[in-house]
Amino acid sequence: MWATLTSRPVSEEVDIHVEVARTSDNGAGAPPSATSGAPAPASGGRRHPNTCPSCASHYRDDELHAALRVCRVCGYHFPVGARERIEQLADEGSFRELVDDLRSADPLGFADLRPYVDRLAEAELKTDLSDAMVAGGARIEGLPCSLVTMDFAFMGGSMGSVVGELFTRACDDAVARSVPLVSVAASGGARMQENILALMQMAKTTVAVDSLHEARVPYLSVLANPTTGGVIASFAALGDVLIAEPGALMSFAGPRVVQQTTGATLPPDFGLAESSFEHGLIDLVVPRAELRGTVGRLLRLCAGGTLTPVVPSSMREAPRPSALGRLFRLLRGREHGPAEQNGGPHP
Amino acid sequence: MSREIQILNPLRGLRRRLAERATESDIWDAVQLARHEKRPYTLDYVRLLVDDWIELHGDRTGYDDPAIIAGIGSFRGRSIAIVGHQKGRDLKERQHRNFGMARPQGYEKAMRTFELANRLGFPVVTMIDTPGAFPGVDAEQRGQAGAIARSMLTMARLQVPSVACVIGEGGSGGALAIAVADRVLMCEHSIYSVISPEGCAAILWKDAAQARKAAVAFKPTARFCKDLGVVDTIVTEPSGGAHKDHERAAKLLGDEISEALLSIESERGVPRRAARRAKFRAMGVFLENGVLVGEPEPDREDEPAPAG
Repeated sequence: MWATLTSRPVSEEVDIHVEVARTSDNGAGAPPSATSGAPAPASGGRRHPNTCPSCASHYRDDELHAALRVCRVCGYHFPVGARERIEQLADEGSFRELVDDLRSADPLGFADLRPYVDRLAEAELKTDLSDAMVAGGARIEGLPCSLVTMDFAFMGGSMGSVVGELFTRACDDAVARSVPLVSVAASGGARMQENILALMQMAKTTVAVDSLHEARVPYLSVLANPTTGGVIASFAALGDVLIAEPGALMSFAGPRVVQQTTGATLPPDFGLAESSFEHGLIDLVVPRAELRGTVGRLLRLCAGGTLTPVVPSSMREAPRPSALGRLFRLLRGREHGPAEQNGGPHP
Repeated sequence: MSREIQILNPLRGLRRRLAERATESDIWDAVQLARHEKRPYTLDYVRLLVDDWIELHGDRTGYDDPAIIAGIGSFRGRSIAIVGHQKGRDLKERQHRNFGMARPQGYEKAMRTFELANRLGFPVVTMIDTPGAFPGVDAEQRGQAGAIARSMLTMARLQVPSVACVIGEGGSGGALAIAVADRVLMCEHSIYSVISPEGCAAILWKDAAQARKAAVAFKPTARFCKDLGVVDTIVTEPSGGAHKDHERAAKLLGDEISEALLSIESERGVPRRAARRAKFRAMGVFLENGVLVGEPEPDREDEPAPAG
């Protein structure tokens, strides 16, 4: 089913309100999931999604998957889908999705060159997601958290009513369980097809972050390529710690808009993670291979350090735990709450 | 729950109500009127509505953004803080005001004023009139996106009443940055949208000249915004538009601001932060397990009669 869709031109698939010139130039806007088994030759000058736009190395699907979708040769970070991102970050089998069936209602009955409902259906077929975000409870390096990830392949990762609602529910979940929220954004911005309601999702996700602040729940925001427009200008910018992946475009306005509006010559690193780091806009630039470890360290620090080190599951089987070990387990049991039943047998 | 209704009929009903108002010329007229060069701007409303106006300047770290004005003054006998986008009347002033496109420093000035109002107990009134936040290299390097996000967050946390008025163009995040308020008013011939019609046309139609088509498709007018639950009140404008009679337009807007402040203050015992959070939490329309969630209530008759 996917294979029939992969021949569609990228320009029809990527459909975001802030254009991402850099990614469409180099073909990185191509969906990560749109990969058939056999690499088809790029047609019309378009690269195959498994071909590195930076050094032209080509990978099989399984190679790229095993390498966390990072080019072994030059370190280029390929796009990662929402579910694959969860697989990369969360402890195996720990993710429990919060809600599944939220869908856009197309309240405006919007149609441009094609109806919005058609674009939604196509995006769903392509990504097997009902919208551009997946939310749920997870553990990262043994520590419980609420986790949301975005998928750029679903209409450019654009934020409409469904994304706003999912993010808000993830915040509610984090507050209810008193666990940190981790978000991984990858989005062109607000979804034009929902116009003003999409804009309002910026306010909606912002007040959701405010509820985290009120409950003193930590929020770690990871910015993947690209995180622009209404998403970087709302929840994605409001993390207690902001972490970007190398080379991630994270400007509010896209490079082409800036160039056309001001006529300025843009610096080559305009809006990229490294430049944003130099300008003091983010805390860390972390390569994907280190992301999970970094998030884990931050989660441990946020928990006050009392949970380090994480006890590996083999130690749980130890016949006579020390007093400290018993206390530790008690604390962990309290910390996990309802999620514990999902995490395998509790000793 | 009253917000969750079986999908088919209500959704058709909502779309039909929207479609009834979607006559192309009405929408395009609104776009033109919202940008009319003689339309009253923030400082015009301030001059006509506020006594003892003291404008506050600067972000305190090196820049005073002329595209955002902030200040305190006396509105009908009470002290309030005002923050608004400011456009220019002639070419020179337009350039000075950067066409109402704010930089991060402008939002810093806004946040400083919100915090001052919160501390001193002044209600906050904002005036929204911008094509969007300034898309410049300097603005990006100073953190335009973060400034917008933090400005929204600062407004969300206020303990004092807040009223946002869309008086002309409500363009994208640059507008919303100062519009996260207890009550959102929208002047009859204003527009409020996620992107300008030209920007939308350039991306979706791949031709900026299709702006008219784009505007009709995405419906940025006050009536649609009200139908979708995004604005609370449509402020009537003088016949033909606010530019025909600034005094009358200011009087009409002032009356609605007064009423909005009274209505907020009548909600005694409600923490503002929680009430505001609930208001924006409810925004959005989607299907959950096939059930429509978030459809705004049907129109009440307290809005102006449809034109034509």
